[in-house]
Amino acid sequence: MYSKGLAPLAAATVVTITAAFAMVFFYAPNDADQGFIQKIFYVHVPMAIVALGGFVAGGVFAIRHLRSGDPSWDLRSYVAIHMSIILGVGVLITGAIWAKASWGHWWVWDEPVLVSFLVVFLLYCVYYPLRFSIEDPGRQARYSSVFAITAGAFVPLNFAAVRMAESFTHPRVLSQTGGSMPGDMRLTFLVALLGMTLLFVTLWKLELTAKHASMQLKRMRNRARVAA
Amino acid sequence: MIAAARTILRKDLLIELRTKESVPAMTLFTVTVYVLFHFGLDRDSLDGELASGVLWVTLLLAAVIGVSRLFAAEREQGGIDGLLLAPVDRTSLFLAKATALFLFLVAVELVAVPAFALLLLGPGLGGAFPELLAVLLLGTLGIAAVGALVAALAAETRARELVVPLLLLPLLMPVLIACAQATEPLLRQDAGPEDLGRWLGLLSLYDVVFVLLSVAVFDFLLED
Repeated sequence: MYSKGLAPLAAATVVTITAAFAMVFFYAPNDADQGFIQKIFYVHVPMAIVALGGFVAGGVFAIRHLRSGDPSWDLRSYVAIHMSIILGVGVLITGAIWAKASWGHWWVWDEPVLVSFLVVFLLYCVYYPLRFSIEDPGRQARYSSVFAITAGAFVPLNFAAVRMAESFTHPRVLSQTGGSMPGDMRLTFLVALLGMTLLFVTLWKLELTAKHASMQLKRMRNRARVAA
Repeated sequence: MIAAARTILRKDLLIELRTKESVPAMTLFTVTVYVLFHFGLDRDSLDGELASGVLWVTLLLAAVIGVSRLFAAEREQGGIDGLLLAPVDRTSLFLAKATALFLFLVAVELVAVPAFALLLLGPGLGGAFPELLAVLLLGTLGIAAVGALVAALAAETRARELVVPLLLLPLLMPVLIACAQATEPLLRQDAGPEDLGRWLGLLSLYDVVFVLLSVAVFDFLLED
């Protein structure tokens, strides 16, 4: 049910990610200011964008769940948030490495994007204790969906608030890299972003398939036990 | 809908008046936190950034207590079943709970803010009182809306006392940012508003978004 197209998707992911890394190392030029370390940008930024996209997708799936009452949408929402949290750990680690290399500190509070991401990450981590402290499956799905929608609405507000609090102390970094990036850097970035997106979707489908399979197995076992 | 909300609100206020559980505890807690900050920061008087930070962090922490007690009466005495069986809209329940929390917080602030001025604040509150009142009002509104939602979300979980602070505090981060930034120039030695419009705008946006969102999703909570 969830595994449809998984094999070609996985193949496309491998090809794109390999191409992206090849381009990062052999095609994209070294940054004039930051040198080699700037290449972490091609991992860090796509990861952050995909993680945030996953959180938003989790909210959209949650809306569909509440509308239809179909538990499969809740499962999609849960796995999307789960994958985004895993990517979020990567975002915070690569962000810290980048900060250490270019500013000399493992963490800087005047980088609004990173700080907002930390707040969002802290909020989404609460998804697990909330979800798994509700036993009734229907209620678990509904409450988790409400959380996913609330947190999804919180993300842009939080970004706006943190940016407003920091905007006068630090110039924006993303606008330079995103707006006026030279062509070969932008191409590399876009391939890396595509690769990360494909990776996310592949892992999401894989996890959905695995969860679905183990749920079916449990159901069959129960049925066998009842029959015996 | 409004009539039902008013009835539930009256019930909540009556319970609070008779048991005196939440508001005195929250008020006591704020004063305790001031003392904690006095020793923790080793400062006798605060102004500017430090003052507004201490004030708002304290109010947010006190709100955590209020939020985790918001459905306590229903839960402990089984009133929730009666409330859910009654043919009333969940929206009216949300409105009642959010209003109750708002009034509790206002009652706490009536003591906590003067106590803060008395115990820790250097410059005195007179400088920009109307502006501070506006920030407090919009901030408390945001806390009340999100608080009622979080209280309902956590009401049915096993790990309630764990989920409430973990969920509430990150969700209130924009409120803290806006309120602390807006209050900071009001608590300086030469008090005066600065960028007040921006922060009040952000707070209003936050309040509107979360009130509407809570009304929209509240129907799906507290079912069965």
